[in-house]
Amino acid sequence: MIRKLKQLGLATAALGLVLAGTADAKVEGDTVYLGSAISLTGKYSTNGEHTQRGYDLAVKLINEAGGIMVDGQDYMLDIIYYDDESTPARGAQLAERLINQDGVEFMLGPYSSGLTKAIAPVTEQYGVPMVEANGASLSLFTEGYQYLFAVLSTTEQYLASAVALAAEIAEAEGRDPSTLTLAAAFENDPFSQDIRNGVLADAEALGIKVVIDDQLPPELNDMAATLAKVKALKPDILVVSGHAKGATLAIRQMEEMRVDVPMLALTHCDSADIIGNFGEAAEYTLCASQWAPSLSYSDDLFGSAADFAATFEAEYGYAPPYQAAESAAAVMVFADAFERAGTFDKAAVRDALSETVMETFYGNIEFDETGKNIAKPMVLYQVQDGEYVVVAPTAWAASEVRWPTPPWADRQ
Amino acid sequence: MLDNLQLFVDAPFLLIQVLLDGILFGAIFAIAAYGMALVWGVMNVINIVQGEFVMLGGFITFQLTLWGIHPLFGIPVAAAVLFVIGIALYYGVIRRVVDKDMFISLLATFGLSILLQQLMNQIWGGDVRTAQSGLGTWFLFDYTVTVGQIKVVACVGALILGLILIVFLKKSRLGQAIRATAQNPRAAQVLGINTDKVFAATYGINAALCGAAGSLVVMAYSVHPYIGLPYTVRSFMIVIVAGLGNLPGVILAGLGLGAAENFAAFILGAQFQVAFVFCLLIVILVVRNTLLRRKRKYLK
Repeated sequence: MIRKLKQLGLATAALGLVLAGTADAKVEGDTVYLGSAISLTGKYSTNGEHTQRGYDLAVKLINEAGGIMVDGQDYMLDIIYYDDESTPARGAQLAERLINQDGVEFMLGPYSSGLTKAIAPVTEQYGVPMVEANGASLSLFTEGYQYLFAVLSTTEQYLASAVALAAEIAEAEGRDPSTLTLAAAFENDPFSQDIRNGVLADAEALGIKVVIDDQLPPELNDMAATLAKVKALKPDILVVSGHAKGATLAIRQMEEMRVDVPMLALTHCDSADIIGNFGEAAEYTLCASQWAPSLSYSDDLFGSAADFAATFEAEYGYAPPYQAAESAAAVMVFADAFERAGTFDKAAVRDALSETVMETFYGNIEFDETGKNIAKPMVLYQVQDGEYVVVAPTAWAASEVRWPTPPWADRQ
Repeated sequence: MLDNLQLFVDAPFLLIQVLLDGILFGAIFAIAAYGMALVWGVMNVINIVQGEFVMLGGFITFQLTLWGIHPLFGIPVAAAVLFVIGIALYYGVIRRVVDKDMFISLLATFGLSILLQQLMNQIWGGDVRTAQSGLGTWFLFDYTVTVGQIKVVACVGALILGLILIVFLKKSRLGQAIRATAQNPRAAQVLGINTDKVFAATYGINAALCGAAGSLVVMAYSVHPYIGLPYTVRSFMIVIVAGLGNLPGVILAGLGLGAAENFAAFILGAQFQVAFVFCLLIVILVVRNTLLRRKRKYLK
């Protein structure tokens, strides 16, 4: 009987330990837990997986290198994931669960601006710092969030370098940039519209005339009407952004309709795999990107940008898209902040994050008071001979931009 | 908007370009709309899963290209695979709701559409997929007007499929059974028609049509697990505009709507394209209703 009571007592104690463990799981033994709701199923599952792999690879390398040193003790990193099914409501729910039930006190961002927008109010409410790598919408940083930090460049910068490049070329040709004309076709969703606002503001600043400004409905699978207009008005620059579908349609229909523009700038070229899908027809296209393996950034953990690409490819069997690179950088930012804070206190880590000054393989990282990274520019690729080659900004350009795009009649 | 109209005056070839693009786009919708007209007319089921059938046809064709098979073969293959899937879905799900309230069948097919979306996402991932038909472009009027050959294939295919379907319904035994069932299922049953089999065949044919349409979509545009809905909505609209049970009307409505919406996109801007289509739908419904009411008056 007494024995049984003892057993019961032990069991209760064990249960108590487990419960205590779940209530305060942020640091268990020598392991610090980060949490993330991530899109493993649903429409963002491809990029959700890139994001997760970026996180995992950084955690793996940091742990292999001995983990992080906080207040004289070594800690390992680990991440608790939940699948948000690509839906914002689910993402917010899971953030609550990570914080309240799993006791996570440090969050890594989800994939996409939409999901980040849903989760940020939750992390903010609980004072949980979140470093995110895949929510680029500028509107995330106008809410006055104190606990949100983003390593990537925000949307209004996406195609700014393309507009600047066009102006640069015009000037080099002895032409006033204000004689240039621009056609814009952006999908009618918040993310693409943010990019559009950046492009239009830049065009206005340079005095470039906007001759077409179409908003493509998200459910539309055809942009023939817009392209017919482009054909008639012959702008100097055509800028299209509508996720992978927009990039796919732009290349396919421009080839089919023989739309000639001296400069075509897109987003989401790599997720649309325009080179693999369209080959020759993708040549000369300019593409905005957060990062490229050929950039000259480096750090002690991964080495150079090219080294990161090699490590990633050895681990997962494909070249890392920028989504994976920026996600890995987010983990590095947390690791750095923990070490500098010297504690796992949320507020102290938050303050350490806000003072981040880092050089990583992904680019330099420094947050402004709204939490967005202001130290890393977007890069612009051009498809040249079946490869993405960085052509702007000039400091990292691996090759001269090929301009103007010859007419289709001369391209076959 | 006036600038855009001015463009037509400055460059009249644009009129032809916009018209052709619209008609050729409409043709693909028309194929999916045949199927919807059939299922709606015969089974009294509004098939919400229509667009997902189209996407599935596209993905099957895409899969063939991964195996090194030319995507044009995808048209019959996708149709055949979708026919089987359609029959299976009929016996698994649709059969249980076909004689129920229309709301029940709406829910059931809506559920199926979510299921198919997720399955496609699991199998092929959430990326936009395309297939290269290898067909080129025709140029008219000194390169000013361009016609993608794959779109012409789609348009001709739509016309041929429409014709086959009309003849099939008029002449073949099964077609006659389908029409009889559409008129009065109970009477058809009394006359010895196995309506269960007729429904299964109807649903299978519908899925096959969608599969063929999807195969054309992946070659001319792109497919993605979650962009099936517009095909459902357009087929629904086309059937409403054409009038239930009016198959020749379906192809005309499909091509006409395609052209109308492309003109709207050109003149008003792409952001008003879908809005315009729905406004047009409302106008057509109101006009049709007043015409019908007038007819009814004469009947008194």
